[in-house]
Amino acid sequence: MAAPFTTKGNSIENLIEIKGARHAYQTASGPLPVLDGLDVAVPSGTFAAVVGPSGCGKSTLTRLVAGLMKPDEGEVWLHGERVTGPRKTVGMAFQNPVLLEWRTILDNVILPLEIVAPTMPRKDRIARAMELLDMVGLTGFEGKRPSELSGGMRQRASLCRSIVHKPEVLILDEPFGALDAFTREDLWQTMRDLRAAEPFTAVLITHDLRESVFLGDQVIVLSGRPARTQYVMDVDLPADRTLDVLFTPKAADMLHVLRDQIKIAQGRDVEGQA
Amino acid sequence: MFRKIATPVIAILIFLGLWELLVWANGWPNYKMASPSDLPPAFWKYKELFFVMGWQTLWRTIVGLFLAVIVGTLIGMIIGFSKLARDALYPLLIGFNAIPKATLVPVISLIFIGQHDFNTILMAFMISFFPIAVSVGIGLSTLEPEYRDILRALGASKFTIFRKIALPKTLPEFFGALKVSATLAFIGTNLVEIVSPHGRGLGALFKSGETNGDYPLMFAVLIALAFLGIILYYAVIFLERVFAGWADREGN
Repeated sequence: MAAPFTTKGNSIENLIEIKGARHAYQTASGPLPVLDGLDVAVPSGTFAAVVGPSGCGKSTLTRLVAGLMKPDEGEVWLHGERVTGPRKTVGMAFQNPVLLEWRTILDNVILPLEIVAPTMPRKDRIARAMELLDMVGLTGFEGKRPSELSGGMRQRASLCRSIVHKPEVLILDEPFGALDAFTREDLWQTMRDLRAAEPFTAVLITHDLRESVFLGDQVIVLSGRPARTQYVMDVDLPADRTLDVLFTPKAADMLHVLRDQIKIAQGRDVEGQA
Repeated sequence: MFRKIATPVIAILIFLGLWELLVWANGWPNYKMASPSDLPPAFWKYKELFFVMGWQTLWRTIVGLFLAVIVGTLIGMIIGFSKLARDALYPLLIGFNAIPKATLVPVISLIFIGQHDFNTILMAFMISFFPIAVSVGIGLSTLEPEYRDILRALGASKFTIFRKIALPKTLPEFFGALKVSATLAFIGTNLVEIVSPHGRGLGALFKSGETNGDYPLMFAVLIALAFLGIILYYAVIFLERVFAGWADREGN
């Protein structure tokens, strides 16, 4: 299922690789296993969408990749290096855009550069941020406060912030989950355009199967908690796909397979076999 | 702008008018209840004392409040960042805050005998640090984990995360508490000034008015205290505008 792991220093096929991750959170009522044999392999420059039932450990997966926590067992590798802690080559965006209310949109986007590139001149930081804001259609809003923007615009700014420092790995934890359906589709297209222009490898956590097919090069289905990799689907659609692609029979077939897999993950029978 | 100043001024004038009317309608003598028209002569008669005593009250209150800001913020940081410290310190803090501060006046004046300035500042501090500690603590402990993660994932240090995110995010709560603390600090200062013998400040002036049966003076002191309280409150508002003006959403 996962591509064979390549050793450090060699040509790296998989930029992100998680092998056999197991993890349990310690709670008052004993250990709560959340991951039980998670395997993920994301080739460089591609987009992996991860779907699964609610509470199955998808967010734990993002924290593993970001180096914010270590699994009890198993390995996490980024770019041929074992992940042991946070690294500057990661960008994150969440369902909540978590913009800093006291900063302008421009200064919000610049924030990661202040950590990652402390010596970068402000003029260059602004130029980089403006380039991204232009790409997501926020030119003219750089001087506004987050509270003056709509939910969709805030999420666009949050996406800019997550990639402003040119991360190798972009981790998206349901970034479109709280948006209305039309705004969400707009942002899918924005994400597709950013992908074409920027060099990141992405992991997208989502509850939306159409989103996973539209944005993903592969869709990884996780089982119910504790999560293991249940199913991996390669999305064989053109890279410059439009929303229309979701209405083709091919996409419909993929969505159908994914839906059945989610039902299995939820512990329910596939429809018709009650 | 004119409306912004005129509205409260008119409200104050109406208040003074009603007060005057109340005293006049009841025919109260000024040893029962002084009327606003008794106040200007009282202020004029003791005008030097008002400046000297008012300044003493003001500076000791501000120093006490300043200490409350520093210590309150530190305690808030400790209980905000560490659950262990929160569990350990909350009962102590609440218990301490529940003690009526008037009962502490004899205690501290025995411990620090004769140290009138110090005792007054200490009381202003003790009565006003609690709201600051609690609000900073709550502000920090309720910081959404995503806010931390966006910087932590980049390898930022705890201090950087505090400086760039936790601290500014807590400022609106901090200033909310500071407004409460500023008026509380005056209560602390005056408590010591009034209760302890040979006190100084407006509290002592009030006490001497009482001793000498000079009721208009007592009322004049109350008005002077209210005036200082308003000044300090608006000073806090000004600082809030400068440092946390972003939290003020126009039109909301």
